[in-house]
Amino acid sequence: MDLLTFARGPGLQWAVTIFVIGVLWKLVGVILLRAKPDLSEPRNPSTWKGLRLIITRSWPRKEFLRSTAFTEVLGYTFHIGFLVALLFYLPHILFFEDVFKGVLGVNFQQVFGVQWPYFSGGVINFFGAVTVAALIAVLIHRIVSPVKRLISNFDDYFSWFVTIAPVVTGMLAYGHVGAPYQTLIAVHLLSMELLLVWFPFGKLMHAFTVFLSRGTEGMQFERKGASL
Amino acid sequence: MSAADVNQEHPLELESPRVSVKKPAARYDKQGDVPDAERVKRAMQNFVKDFGRTAAIYMESCIHCGMCADACHFYVTTENPKYTPIWKLEPFKQAYKREYGPFAWLYRTLNLKGKITVERLEEWQELIYDSCTVCGRCSLMCPMGIDIASLVSLARHGMAKSGLVPHELWAVAERAEKEGSPLGATPKVFKDRIEWLADDHEVEIPVDKEKADVMCTMSSIEIMKYPDSIVATARIMNHLGVDWTFRLDGYEATNFGLLSGNAEWQKDMSLKLINAAIACGAKTLVLPECGHAYGALRWSGANMYGKPLPFRVMHIAEFLAENTKSGKLKLKKLGKSVTFHDPCQIARRGGAIEAPRDVLAALGVELREMEPGKGLNWCCGGGGGVVTIHRADPIRYKVFQLKMNQIEETGAELPVTSCANCRQTFDDGQAHFKWDKKMNSLLEMVADNLEGKAA
Repeated sequence: MDLLTFARGPGLQWAVTIFVIGVLWKLVGVILLRAKPDLSEPRNPSTWKGLRLIITRSWPRKEFLRSTAFTEVLGYTFHIGFLVALLFYLPHILFFEDVFKGVLGVNFQQVFGVQWPYFSGGVINFFGAVTVAALIAVLIHRIVSPVKRLISNFDDYFSWFVTIAPVVTGMLAYGHVGAPYQTLIAVHLLSMELLLVWFPFGKLMHAFTVFLSRGTEGMQFERKGASL
Repeated sequence: MSAADVNQEHPLELESPRVSVKKPAARYDKQGDVPDAERVKRAMQNFVKDFGRTAAIYMESCIHCGMCADACHFYVTTENPKYTPIWKLEPFKQAYKREYGPFAWLYRTLNLKGKITVERLEEWQELIYDSCTVCGRCSLMCPMGIDIASLVSLARHGMAKSGLVPHELWAVAERAEKEGSPLGATPKVFKDRIEWLADDHEVEIPVDKEKADVMCTMSSIEIMKYPDSIVATARIMNHLGVDWTFRLDGYEATNFGLLSGNAEWQKDMSLKLINAAIACGAKTLVLPECGHAYGALRWSGANMYGKPLPFRVMHIAEFLAENTKSGKLKLKKLGKSVTFHDPCQIARRGGAIEAPRDVLAALGVELREMEPGKGLNWCCGGGGGVVTIHRADPIRYKVFQLKMNQIEETGAELPVTSCANCRQTFDDGQAHFKWDKKMNSLLEMVADNLEGKAA
């Protein structure tokens, strides 16, 4: 079996399996923990209103704007860049369509009535470059900032690596740079599979837990009428 | 340990601007004769013991962005990265991953997270106690919505169980458990003070009424340092014609069980108040001007009791606000400019943000808000038990400068607050910096300006 066949076949299957089981294991493991009922008399009985924190904590309160601007802007830049490259590049869409059809038996257009929109390769390459630049800046900031350097551990650096790797290998494959195309695609796929495998074990899980933690703080604070 | 022993063991310092135990000649920041390995085991077990879904969700969500540092007054004033709020939990984060998280088995099997040592915990004592007022500003900064302050409280549970509480905080907590007050405000002392104050100020102060609609409580800081607050409470209650009482079996709202992290003592202290209120059939329990007393009883009391409380719990500022808004409490206009210092546990974390402002409006003052104010107001630096710890004085004075600047910038004539612990932190800071601003009590300000009271 050559590298590409492995990456497209068992590699992908294992990665997705570990990703799905790992994410579920972690989420279910946390959600099933006991939650003591709060017996205090609530100030605001409609605690569900606190769920607004899931949205509103997506940007800092104005008092924190200045001190967090750099981290926020960089964070948004690479998150958006990564997602655009992932979701709006035609070869990726064809891959997802394949999976979609494999699971549901129909294609995206039949379900949603519209074609999955996409950008040209050049535009995606630009988003990729912006993402890489932002991620490099994020890494430099992590190393240079005394606070970030102190609190960082293996998870931070490895999660950074598995995030930037698919973007870099994707751009190399797009540009046919450094190795035969087949090899580049295989490496690109493997880098994405590494991301999937690492996902449940490290801080990439925040993609799911962010909703839980913001929702929890929001509801608990809303109950007290505390500052949100 | 008898009362005499407690006095000998932990002698009090009541004459200074900040009341605590005297500065210890030799510090005992480790309590009990316990082998180190056992201490670590207890710390970790008790940290995770109270772990539920909420804490686990928070533990799983940190992305190490470091933003919480900029919300913390200890970091902002020192720029020392060790004061980054989430770093204060580092050993406990490791313990969680190794012992409790969904992948704990994997971490242990592969030894990915090292075991915690007692030396590491001792090093962290300063971060968990001396340099965290549990003010919760970081919890509002965290982009993941992690309530970091609540995790610090859990870490304190672990530290208390392993006997790793700073000397003074342990001493006052032990005093509170053994003789009913952290600062010597025993039932006898309280009763004597009330008799003396009632006599001196010609005010009726009911004690131990069998039945009363309202049970009032005080903090030990007020009883020992600001006794005018007792008089102010009595004047206002009498003025309103409320059927009220103090009870000698439950008057002390300060809860050093909570601050030290000793959950059993916290429960003992809360149950005293709860049982006293039930005994006199109170419909309302009024908490004094004390920040953490509010958190301890208003938000944790029922959970300590194990069922909903059969009475309302109100902070005195909420009680005053309710009565000014209903028109029952009429006040003379003060006609001065005022800035209000929000006690963290009452405002930011407690939710009583507007109540003191309603009272100030009734006093007709020009309110000049601090920047940032209300729920994001900077902490005075003395909360969470920090003000009792002598070795924390230098860093506490550093963060207090932030507070002084904030108040100066408002240009207000009078700073006012509704927490005696904040007040004593201000008094101490004022003495240290020879500052010309004196912190005022909202309660006393109201009592001094009751409509119909002779000037």
